[in-house]
Amino acid sequence: MTSFLQYTIFGIILGAGFAIAATGLVVTYTTAGVFNFAHGAVGMIAAFSYWELVANHHVPAVLALVIILLVGAPIAGALVERVLMRRLHGATAERPIMVTLGLLVILTGVATIVWSPKSQYQLNPIVSGSFRLVSINLQYQQVLTIGIAVALVIGLRFLFSSTRTGVGLRAVVDDPALLAMSGASPDAMSQYGWILGFVMAALAGVLLALTQEQTGISIVAMTLLVVNGYAAAIVGRLKNISVTFIAAIVIGLLEDYIIYYALPHLSQSLNSDITLALPMVFLFIALVMLPSVRLRAVGRLSTVRVPRMPSGKESVLGGAAFLVLAVIASVVLSSVVVRGTNLLNLGGEVMALGIVGLSLVLLTGYSGQVSLCQFSFMGIGAFLMGKVAGGGSLLGLLAAALVCAVLGALVALPTLRLRALYFALATFAFADAVDQGFFQDSRVFGGGINVGRIILPGLSFGGDRSEFLLLSVFFVLVALLVLTIRRSLFGRRLVAMSDSPAAYATVGLNLAATKVAVFAIAAAMAGVAGGLYATVNGTVGSADFGFFSGIIFVLFVTVWSIRTVSGAFLAAVTYVVLTTFWSTGLGLVAGAGIILIGRAASGILGIDRLSTLLPLPWVRRGSAAGGSGTLAGIGTTSIGGEARVAG
Amino acid sequence: MTVAPVPVPEVIPATPPPALAIRGVRASYGRIEVLHGVDLTVPAGSVFALLGPNGAGKSTLLSVISGQMRPTAGEVVIGDKPVGKLSTEKLARTGLCSIPEGRGIFPNLTVRENLRIWTYRGGLSVKAVEEQTYATFPRLAGRRGQLAGTMSGGEQQMLAISRALVTDPKVLLLDELSMGLAPLIVSELYELVETLAAQGKTVLLVEQFVTTALLVATGAAIMVHGKIQQQGTPSDMATAAHSVYLSS
Ligand SMILES: Nc1ncnc2c1ncn2[C@@H]1O[C@H](COP(=O)(O)OP(=O)(O)OP(=O)(O)O)[C@@H](O)[C@H]1O
Ligand SMILES: [Mg+2]
Repeated sequence: MTSFLQYTIFGIILGAGFAIAATGLVVTYTTAGVFNFAHGAVGMIAAFSYWELVANHHVPAVLALVIILLVGAPIAGALVERVLMRRLHGATAERPIMVTLGLLVILTGVATIVWSPKSQYQLNPIVSGSFRLVSINLQYQQVLTIGIAVALVIGLRFLFSSTRTGVGLRAVVDDPALLAMSGASPDAMSQYGWILGFVMAALAGVLLALTQEQTGISIVAMTLLVVNGYAAAIVGRLKNISVTFIAAIVIGLLEDYIIYYALPHLSQSLNSDITLALPMVFLFIALVMLPSVRLRAVGRLSTVRVPRMPSGKESVLGGAAFLVLAVIASVVLSSVVVRGTNLLNLGGEVMALGIVGLSLVLLTGYSGQVSLCQFSFMGIGAFLMGKVAGGGSLLGLLAAALVCAVLGALVALPTLRLRALYFALATFAFADAVDQGFFQDSRVFGGGINVGRIILPGLSFGGDRSEFLLLSVFFVLVALLVLTIRRSLFGRRLVAMSDSPAAYATVGLNLAATKVAVFAIAAAMAGVAGGLYATVNGTVGSADFGFFSGIIFVLFVTVWSIRTVSGAFLAAVTYVVLTTFWSTGLGLVAGAGIILIGRAASGILGIDRLSTLLPLPWVRRGSAAGGSGTLAGIGTTSIGGEARVAG
Repeated sequence: MTVAPVPVPEVIPATPPPALAIRGVRASYGRIEVLHGVDLTVPAGSVFALLGPNGAGKSTLLSVISGQMRPTAGEVVIGDKPVGKLSTEKLARTGLCSIPEGRGIFPNLTVRENLRIWTYRGGLSVKAVEEQTYATFPRLAGRRGQLAGTMSGGEQQMLAISRALVTDPKVLLLDELSMGLAPLIVSELYELVETLAAQGKTVLLVEQFVTTALLVATGAAIMVHGKIQQQGTPSDMATAAHSVYLSS
């Protein structure tokens, strides 16, 4: 009984931390209209800064908190709004998702450089000492955490309902133009929102870090700990602070009970650290439980200039030219060795990852669905390739395609009715749950599994050159497939769906079936890519398909151009070159790239005016759209000159 | 008794100085120009009606005046100051009240919360704003806790125009005040417009329906295809508008 009470108290404390994180997310979402994927990373940075100040430089705890919460976090939040987010007014819906993901990988990248994961990071409580309540031991620190959470929720409720600034903060998402006409600055309001969100993320980070006394803090665990708040925020529909608070406490309790009661029984059958997957499982469940959103016929000002589609003949000629270049490249690459790395095999990796990129072109570029879990399918494909028919068999490739298609459909089915942001979050959760719960399990990849090269009857791909050429052929075939899909009736439907889901449904087309189909196809493509990838070096491990790597890859494709085959290919080149020669800089380059690209929807390959690249405050935010963010809410306007609803 | 000397034009002008002057304004959406050089002067204290068929560019002109869109050429002068690059919120604070077409309220805020937003300009307390609004529109008093977006169209428009009532603007821009409303409510709203004008406020109102607008207007103009086609007395414009609407 005592232990139950003790676990309950722990759960509530954990939940209080989650509640602060979650309400911070809600604040940013209600005031700036952006779901900040980097929220967890901000908390993580705050926690490590606290360690740096208090444990490393012996700054008094209270002073450290003042520095972090009243100086560092507000300045960072204000800068992020000013430099990164304000430029995104009028951009497509996926762009704020991508930019905050970019911030996420930059922050984790920087943290990895500054606070080496090899060291231990132990924290001491802000207030030490404890007292006994009934029969349990309570630390003052724990009481403080709960007190802060409760005070914060009450304070926020008061702010949002009874102060002019609070009401203004809610008004700004509704109608920034009208707020401006009423004499308040919408930009300043959004900036308050980001500042408030950052401060709360930082506070949650520090308080949650303090619950990790025994284990110390780590970059990934801290980032994911704050992600627990995401599920609570979703339960509160990203707007209701009280519901969010209660959900956070419940999640804290659940997590604690699972860790203390269920895990000891499960641990024989599970080899991975399941606690790291729990936040994502909660998030996924919360998303699946969301009620359907009504499709709103809000037009967006589509300033996207769609890249010209090559004709069938041009595509085939382009593919042939690509293969000729691949043959030439294979000769050149086989004669160069850079820093002991076999360039032909790197080329093979590029082709395989290029196929993953193509799956993103289909999914995100054409149909507007952001998927952050293509690397999960890739990893599953690689795993199957190694296990089915002794490895290196075409059967393995087939299995990868089929299993991933089915899995893809299973992920899409419960989530397809969600709007773009929630769908992206669901794939985010799925990707991390697969990584932490499956890939990290020592029995899955272990120290790496042997796959071997592909064996075809009468053909050997044992040589690096033939392997490289085989993968080039695969890349060209999949590229032709993607382009063919785009030109087909189905492809025109995808574009129509991405333009206006509401209109799409109104015309009587089956939104659900289209979404599931395209997601399954893309998953199968990623699965095949994983199978092929596994044959390049003959062996693969879980590190090849990590959660963060998957996000970074999506960012690279977006930076180059998520609408074209060349974008997918160049992203693969960039990714492979960086992972091989400068893996520390991987996330930093991807994050910097997406920030520089800003709202240019077609990436580097689509840029015709360099000024859109500069994140400088004096580059007017409305310049490319002709109007400004205030134009949102008008009827669907298209300057794309694209084929719309077909049939 | 001596005859008064000939008046010096600088001292006593024939018409009062304009409260709002628009000179050669051009504006475009992307590469498409929709205002092709608009010239218009609105005398202080007048109610000026801007008429014109759908798509003429009336709302676009109001966006330019209120600072939401930058003209590509020409200038807007309010009082004696060129608006230049003032932001929408700065303009609002200097006394321009713009009530946009069909969305002058925050639908997800309650009536009372909307009124709280109105206090950003005018320096009144929310209590004073509430009193003044409910005195003019008693129907809103019973709905102070209701989400504004769930009210009837007429009530929403009353709430929208209450901003002009409580913020004491110098210039008031009204875009299609009467759209979709019953005649009784329209005349109630226009009575308020007249009252505001009587207090010395300058009103520029955009309307489709010629009749209601022209009853309160003291001057009028017709805009067609992004240009002012004719300007004159309300009754002249009523006749002219008829032929314009039929031909366009
Ligand atoms: N956000 C926009 N993007 C592109 N074009 C626009 C936009 N808003 C308006 N236009 C175009 O500019 C022109 C003028 O529109 P505006 O709304 O100013 O007309 P209006 O005179 O107010 O018409 P109405 O009486 O129907 O309200 C129209 O041709 C319209 O299609
Ligand atoms: Mg209009």
